[in-house]
Amino acid sequence: MDTTIAAICTAQGEGGIGVIRISGDDSLRIADKVFKNINNKKVADMKGYTAAFGKVCNNGEEIDEAVVLVYRAPHSYTGENVVEISCHGGIFITKQVLRAVLDNGAVPAQAGEFTKRAFLNGKIDLTEAESVIDIISAKSRSAARAALCVKDGALRRKIDKIKEELLSQAAHLSAWADYPEEDIAEVSDDELFKTFNNAIKILQGLLDTYDSGQAVKQGIDTVIAGRPNVGKSTLMNLLTGCEKSIVTDIPGTTRDIVEDTVVLGDVILRLSDTAGLRDTEDRVEQIGVDRAKKRLEQCGLLLAVFDNNQILNDDDYELIKNAKNATTIAIINKIDLEQKLDTDFINDNFENVVYISAKSGECREELTKAVEKIAGTANLNPSEGILSNERQRLAVANALSSVMEAKSTLDAGLTYDAVTVSLEDAISNLLELTGESTSDEVIDRVFHNFCVGK
Amino acid sequence: MKIEEKKYLAGVYDVAVIGAGHAGIEAALAAARLGCKTAIFTINMDAVGNCPCNPSIGGTAKGHLVREIDALGGEMGKTADECFLQSRMLNRGKGPAVHSLRAQIDRRKYSDVMKHKLELQKNLELRQAEITDIKMLDNGEGYELTTRMLAVFKCKSVIVATGTYLGGRIFVGEVSYESGPDGIFPATFLGKSLKELGLPLRRFKTGTPARILKSSIDFTDLEVQKGDTPPQPFSYETESLGDNKVDCHISWTNDNTKQVILENIHRSPLYAGKIEGVGPRYCPSFEDKIMRFKDKKRHQLFIEPCGLNTEEMYLQGMSSSLPEEVQLKFYRTIKGLENCVMMRPAYAIEYDCVDPLAMNATLEFKDFPNLYGAGQFNGSSGYEEAAAQGLVAGINAALKVQGREQVVFTRANSYIGTLIDDLVTKGANEPYRMMTSRSEYRLVLRQDNADERLTTLGYEIGLISEERYQKYLDKQQLKQQEIKRLKDTVISPTDEVNKILVSRETSEITTGVRLIDLLKRPQLDYECLKPVDTTRPSLDANIFEQVEVEIKYEGYIQKQLRQVEQMKKLENKILPSDFDYTNIKGLRLEAQEKLNKIKPLNIGQASRISGVSPADISVLLIWIAQNRQEKQ
Repeated sequence: MDTTIAAICTAQGEGGIGVIRISGDDSLRIADKVFKNINNKKVADMKGYTAAFGKVCNNGEEIDEAVVLVYRAPHSYTGENVVEISCHGGIFITKQVLRAVLDNGAVPAQAGEFTKRAFLNGKIDLTEAESVIDIISAKSRSAARAALCVKDGALRRKIDKIKEELLSQAAHLSAWADYPEEDIAEVSDDELFKTFNNAIKILQGLLDTYDSGQAVKQGIDTVIAGRPNVGKSTLMNLLTGCEKSIVTDIPGTTRDIVEDTVVLGDVILRLSDTAGLRDTEDRVEQIGVDRAKKRLEQCGLLLAVFDNNQILNDDDYELIKNAKNATTIAIINKIDLEQKLDTDFINDNFENVVYISAKSGECREELTKAVEKIAGTANLNPSEGILSNERQRLAVANALSSVMEAKSTLDAGLTYDAVTVSLEDAISNLLELTGESTSDEVIDRVFHNFCVGK
Repeated sequence: MKIEEKKYLAGVYDVAVIGAGHAGIEAALAAARLGCKTAIFTINMDAVGNCPCNPSIGGTAKGHLVREIDALGGEMGKTADECFLQSRMLNRGKGPAVHSLRAQIDRRKYSDVMKHKLELQKNLELRQAEITDIKMLDNGEGYELTTRMLAVFKCKSVIVATGTYLGGRIFVGEVSYESGPDGIFPATFLGKSLKELGLPLRRFKTGTPARILKSSIDFTDLEVQKGDTPPQPFSYETESLGDNKVDCHISWTNDNTKQVILENIHRSPLYAGKIEGVGPRYCPSFEDKIMRFKDKKRHQLFIEPCGLNTEEMYLQGMSSSLPEEVQLKFYRTIKGLENCVMMRPAYAIEYDCVDPLAMNATLEFKDFPNLYGAGQFNGSSGYEEAAAQGLVAGINAALKVQGREQVVFTRANSYIGTLIDDLVTKGANEPYRMMTSRSEYRLVLRQDNADERLTTLGYEIGLISEERYQKYLDKQQLKQQEIKRLKDTVISPTDEVNKILVSRETSEITTGVRLIDLLKRPQLDYECLKPVDTTRPSLDANIFEQVEVEIKYEGYIQKQLRQVEQMKKLENKILPSDFDYTNIKGLRLEAQEKLNKIKPLNIGQASRISGVSPADISVLLIWIAQNRQEKQ
């Protein structure tokens, strides 16, 4: 096999342990780049079926403590050299570890690729071949569905824009080279630099949002809303585990939007605690309230909080009305206090209702179930304009490095034919990202844009 | 008595070639040179190797093809050198990947020289005959060809290279009639016979501009285009060309030209809907250019001589299918052509060709063993594209007859391979023209190193002589020695050296620097370093060229070679030729259909088919492994 592949093998979510599997000729060498054994022994020097404890790092930055298991070819699942890194569970850490591995030379495993390799290396019996094919086609179907989702998204628009610009430069270079005797405008270094710099800026931006963990965090844009003092901030603090919002029992304490990210089960929520929804004369508070209303209209998930100990008031009715347009979980808080709330009315108006006592901390499990149910079924607004998986990230990273290569070739004063090679690599990386693969794009563009021929 | 009963057996051949244009010539010469008893048929003996369009050979990417044909032992490059009038290396300064040689040639002489070469070739018979019928022999081991004169030839292998003659139809404004190019008869019966045999034929279209009487052109204010000094030959065997013999000239159209076109566009058969054939986008008629690019103020044209013994001048850029009177009217709006006399009008020609998806990369038809196609018949366009395919078809027809393994040219070793792979994998929706943009490995596939890529292969096939091969090996050795010398030679930081460096706007040196590292700098070249390179041997210019390119572009070339290696791994995974892909569960429907239609030779080719996804490729890989295990 040509490449060394890697993927997270455990379920993505809040498990106790997460396993990242690396398979291929280079797996031991790659493991050595990201793993510092506590005994300083190299992974490459470890025998098969042995384990070591140490730290996983990327670019010198420590990510997690981990155990590394070594399988030597052919005695492994795939029949190749395999390293499994067991780190702490949870999406954020496992993705960081995978990133480290991919940054050091592995490529993301394709659908069913470990099994495919196992089969090709004779580790799996012939009779299982059919099922391997089934796995691959099933997984590629779901991947295709995922690709369709980004088709109209902001990410797609961004990528399309860069792709267009690069294509038009490539077409110009191509027409200029293939039709030297037509009156085609000279290719200008300035134009090329401009296009390259712009592409670098946007591609780098995409990677940065991913790199800083934003993409992982971005998950579902979630707003906690409810009338003042219903317990929103307590809920937020409980979910995030630290005192971000100032909690008092004076209504109107939270004046601005406070944000944080929590992981519930396998769903990531980007939480905003908003100012209580009420009409107020305090101008500063009013600005906060307006913002909260705006967020309500834009969010992917609304956690509408009601007070079990209070009867419904105008603010509550207003919230119920606003919640009609959002995917909502109604949260009835303070169930440790006497029930005054018309819970039947709430149940009539919301499909998902959760009863909690934020103060006593009995909420997380209930809420997790509800959130998972919704994430699996409802149409949440997927966050747009960001990279959502490693495959996309790798394609963008490759496109970026190709554009940078094109730029440095141009900088060095080499001829355009060398520039074109890198430029076309960048375009094919972007086409891969958007799932198109027509190799004649540039040529089609030449004939579209230029009047050439005898 | 029916006329069919008058048929007589006139000959038995190993290989028969239908058509003696650029494809047919290379095919017939290759087959005969490989030892096959070969016949080549032409409708008109005076049209062998005719150049019915531009009087030139080569150009961007096409020049690469000619060099490759020559490196394999083909004839086009040598004959072009013999008939050269003016030669230019296009794209100098644009980078080695796109350097392309183009020569103006004497078209009548080219035709004569080629005809004579065919006549002199051992094992080859040139015959004037229109083939009207083709039938597979009852035993399936070859074909029977019938001529208009009722002669019957039995052939083990047949190569169809009918160009624009097959069902040819000419259009000039409201006038249209059955004809081949240049007033030669078309092949009117063979198309029907090929259809009956089962070949998927369709209509394509192309065109050519008018020829103008030289003395009627006023060259006074026209820009002159001269050849290179010294001009470079195509063939690795041509020592030198001598001086350029002619000049070309450049003129421009103007608002009046455009006005004439706009007023008469309704008289174009294309715009009136009379032509059904698909024309190429890269070779549009002038009226097409006006209609498609309305904002363009003026269009360039080149005035090229057709030979030394003729006053005919070719107007490159001015092809048209408008009526003759309109042609003359718009030509006369052009500077220098105000009083021009038209000798031959421009015309569009529509013809039958085959869907190349019906062929393997050997150019043999999948469903018709020993039947090959080449040239415009395969959906390509251009003399050079035709010659390249002719050579491949001729080689493979001969190898098959002799029971040897056929040769597949790859995208990694040649433009020839790229051309054929594109045709048989993607098909052609318009006449296919070679372009440097079509090769993903263009820094490797350069015109300067065609011999390095292909001469060994040509030798193994049997078209490169022992003597020429030895010469090639000697050259390679000199090249390696020169690279070693550049690595071993250290240049001291003298004033003389730094003066050169400063004049070339690159940084001075303060310590000794290897010559190879100086040559790596984009600002420097062999020429400018000459004064300080005292140990430089006297070598062939082509060696210096190759060495310099390889040093300067090393990183890029290495990168492309790595991509080539990746692709080779996939191409070594062979797929069966006779398999029904609907039997593979797990392939998507679209992939099954495409794979069944194209029947790729290997996984590499399969991966280039549009509609076959990476997941489908995974499924195919598993299926191959499964088959292998079952067989064991």
